[in-house]
Amino acid sequence: MRAEFNPEHEKNRLKAITSQVLDRARHHGADACEVGASASLGLEVQARMGQPEQLEMMRDQSISVTAFVGQSRGSATTTDWSDDALDQAAQAAIAIARVTAADPAATLATSEQIIREVPDLDLDHPWEIAPEAALDMAIEIERAGLDCDVRLTNSDGASVSTSRAVSVLGSSEGLLVAQASSLHGMSCVLLAEEGDSRERSYAFTHDRNPNRLTDGIVIGREAAEKTLARLNPRKCETGEVPVLFVPEAASGLLSSVISAISGGALYRKSSYLLDRIDTPIFPEWVTLSEAPHLPGAIGSSAYDGDGLPTRAQAFVESGVLTRYVLSLYSANRLGLQSTHNAGGVRNLRLSGHMDFDAMVRQMDRGVIVTELMGQGVNLVNGDYSRGASGFWVEHGEIQYPVHEITVASNLDRMMRDLLIQVGSDVDTRRSIASGSLLFESMMVAGS
Amino acid sequence: MPTPIQTVSESLLAPGGLTLDDLPPLVHELAMGDVDFADLFFERAEGESFTLEDGEVKDASFHRDSGVGVRTCVGDRQGFAYTQEITADRIREAGQAAAAIQKGQSKQTAIALSPIATPTLYRPINPISERASHEKIAYLLEIDRLARQRDPRVVQVQATLSISYREVLVCATDGTLAGDVRPLVRLSISVLAEQGGRRERGGAGLGGRYDLNRLLTPEHATQLVTDAVDQALINLEAVDCPAGEMPVVLGSGWPGVLLHEAVGHGLEGDFNRKGSSFYSGKIGEQVAAKGVTVVDDGTLADRRGSLNIDDEGHLTQRNVLIEDGILKGYMQDKLNARLMGVPATGNGRRESYAHLPMPRMTNTFMEAGEATRDDMIASVKKGLFAVNFGGGQVDITSGQFVFAASEAYLIEDGQITAPVKGATLIGHGPQVMSAISMIGHDVALDTGIGVCGKNGQSVPVGVGQPSLKIDRLTVGGTA
Repeated sequence: MRAEFNPEHEKNRLKAITSQVLDRARHHGADACEVGASASLGLEVQARMGQPEQLEMMRDQSISVTAFVGQSRGSATTTDWSDDALDQAAQAAIAIARVTAADPAATLATSEQIIREVPDLDLDHPWEIAPEAALDMAIEIERAGLDCDVRLTNSDGASVSTSRAVSVLGSSEGLLVAQASSLHGMSCVLLAEEGDSRERSYAFTHDRNPNRLTDGIVIGREAAEKTLARLNPRKCETGEVPVLFVPEAASGLLSSVISAISGGALYRKSSYLLDRIDTPIFPEWVTLSEAPHLPGAIGSSAYDGDGLPTRAQAFVESGVLTRYVLSLYSANRLGLQSTHNAGGVRNLRLSGHMDFDAMVRQMDRGVIVTELMGQGVNLVNGDYSRGASGFWVEHGEIQYPVHEITVASNLDRMMRDLLIQVGSDVDTRRSIASGSLLFESMMVAGS
Repeated sequence: MPTPIQTVSESLLAPGGLTLDDLPPLVHELAMGDVDFADLFFERAEGESFTLEDGEVKDASFHRDSGVGVRTCVGDRQGFAYTQEITADRIREAGQAAAAIQKGQSKQTAIALSPIATPTLYRPINPISERASHEKIAYLLEIDRLARQRDPRVVQVQATLSISYREVLVCATDGTLAGDVRPLVRLSISVLAEQGGRRERGGAGLGGRYDLNRLLTPEHATQLVTDAVDQALINLEAVDCPAGEMPVVLGSGWPGVLLHEAVGHGLEGDFNRKGSSFYSGKIGEQVAAKGVTVVDDGTLADRRGSLNIDDEGHLTQRNVLIEDGILKGYMQDKLNARLMGVPATGNGRRESYAHLPMPRMTNTFMEAGEATRDDMIASVKKGLFAVNFGGGQVDITSGQFVFAASEAYLIEDGQITAPVKGATLIGHGPQVMSAISMIGHDVALDTGIGVCGKNGQSVPVGVGQPSLKIDRLTVGGTA
């Protein structure tokens, strides 16, 4: 397979095909249209128990067209870019638009609204790594982990991956923009055994720039440390205690809050934060803002899914919800202006000043949640109940691992009334990232 | 009538200038060096979906995807690549990329493919073209009308009709040549009810590998609307769910997601070959209460989780996983079966041509016992009766699993009392399976809505069970 991927060449190729599909859609009768095209090339390898296990080459391309007939719309997607298939996709989108009901909220960004110039956000970095070298690296990562302790008896493998992608967005209103990005990563999953106890855990790193990846040896050792720490867990007693979410678990909580202030949940009246604009949803010392232009960051993008320029902005200031997360469509539905967030928020951070150990001391007695299981988040009413494992804390110190417990409360209460501390340990691997979060009290169900 | 192999080769191979006769040499080229096994998986997928919201169908989409996945296996190593252009040149390029997992020159002798006769567990139809768009839209509008008519507290109705059509063709160095035509339809509805400022959701769904005429009946519309609206109204009355360990009675059908998590994943061949499952090495041991028999069966007619052939061209079958509490066997794909020295079980599945196959479940369910649900409820002093669930998740190494109740009731002194808010239930697979003390006679399969995720790949599955009483399970409420 041709392993080369030239982003400039791909941008031009995708822009040409996007323009062509826009023309086809108009030719077939669309009054207006929008086209998104993407192409990517990736490699992922995995090694397990010191041997190469898997090698996958991934090359994808896809194009989607949304056609408007009057105020009605239809969309079609195809991975087949032959002339016939592209024509059929355009025709399929138009055929749908002829039967769907008019939707006045569905509009395209006007030429005044669309992004003029796409700044370089340092998102595309090649990683020239041959499959054989990637496999050797995976073997090393796993070995660094397994060598840590004799109780690490098994492995689900270590992986190394690299990918590059180009995406193009165009519309009949004059939009035609392209962005290239890369993503590289390493991960390791180890298993430990002691007596009847068998546990697994993992560690990973990913970045747009391969030079900023955490060293593979560190990833292997982190997986080892996390796995060993889970051995011989107990169930704790059922009761209300303080709960501390580590950054990985806390990011998920924050994502749920963002979903609840996003247009889709709001215009469907499916959010516990409906009509809460300009009211407190966090303690007054919390501010939440996004930084979509952060160079090289995982969530960075110059424009949103509607082709509007992204911008640094706050959603929560001094605890008060000051802005919803809106696309053109959801804004129209709500009678508001787009916040240039089609596709979500980008590089949103919730960060405090306290380090993790100090937070454990402040908690004194309670549960640290390191891993969560299942869905268990009801955005309509904010009810929260999830499976969890982690550690039991007594006298401000970790005593033993706990598992087979649930943590339950209500997101609205948790964020507004129960949140007492945010850590400085933000996990920036995620676009929605949080430091550790300490809640005064949650219902923990165990034995 | 043409066989499925003929049908799919016409639409998958012909556009790229290929015929069935071109496949043996292409597969042969993959069988280089020390390669044990190699295969080609051709696929063409089409899908259509219509969404109802605010009493109108304003949103609909169509998608098409096709390609071929090329895999070579050496021992437990797999090399994989795919192309979305189904031509001989691109397949050869993908083959070279996949071959990077091994070294050596061609040595195998010519491969003779032997076509597998495709069973007919479902009909080889394309449901997309069966009904005109305006009929599909009219049906969704009727659902909206019925839901709002059922209760004035219904403030939002969303309904989605998803129609999928897939053609697959598999050919492999072991001589396999198999084809399948797979229809899949699904109708789901979600309603929001409001009362005194409180809002709650209810949902229901239905589907399988059959035609739209069978799915889009007036009876189904009434049934889905009734189930979804009643669930939302019940949740409007729900009180806080209790927290802690207690007896739990599970309803029949969809609550079988319990088995999918507590048993199913842990019995997939890859985890057991690697020794990473809590069920590894336990064949022949008691892993559940006596009377518990769990089966994975890919051969049930028209079911969502059924397949005529799996994605490696192997016939699906009925596999007994646990019999009377004793662990009988694992679910296998070709790779793991070969490495463990056991037969493949027809469980090799993949999300698409762009994904590697793995051992996966089909329709997983527990066989009937003799108890009645009333007896189970009467036997509980204080506990939970859970009849509807969202999804679940399992840690296959520790055995810890969760599943989230979306409709549940308190049992007090042998009587069902108040509905309670949704809560996550958590337990340890073998411990929970051993705590099953009563098994109902009312075995039922779910209505055809399940999606299973593993290593980032989603496939449609079925679950089922009779009503069950579990003596002790941790309930994650707030009260």
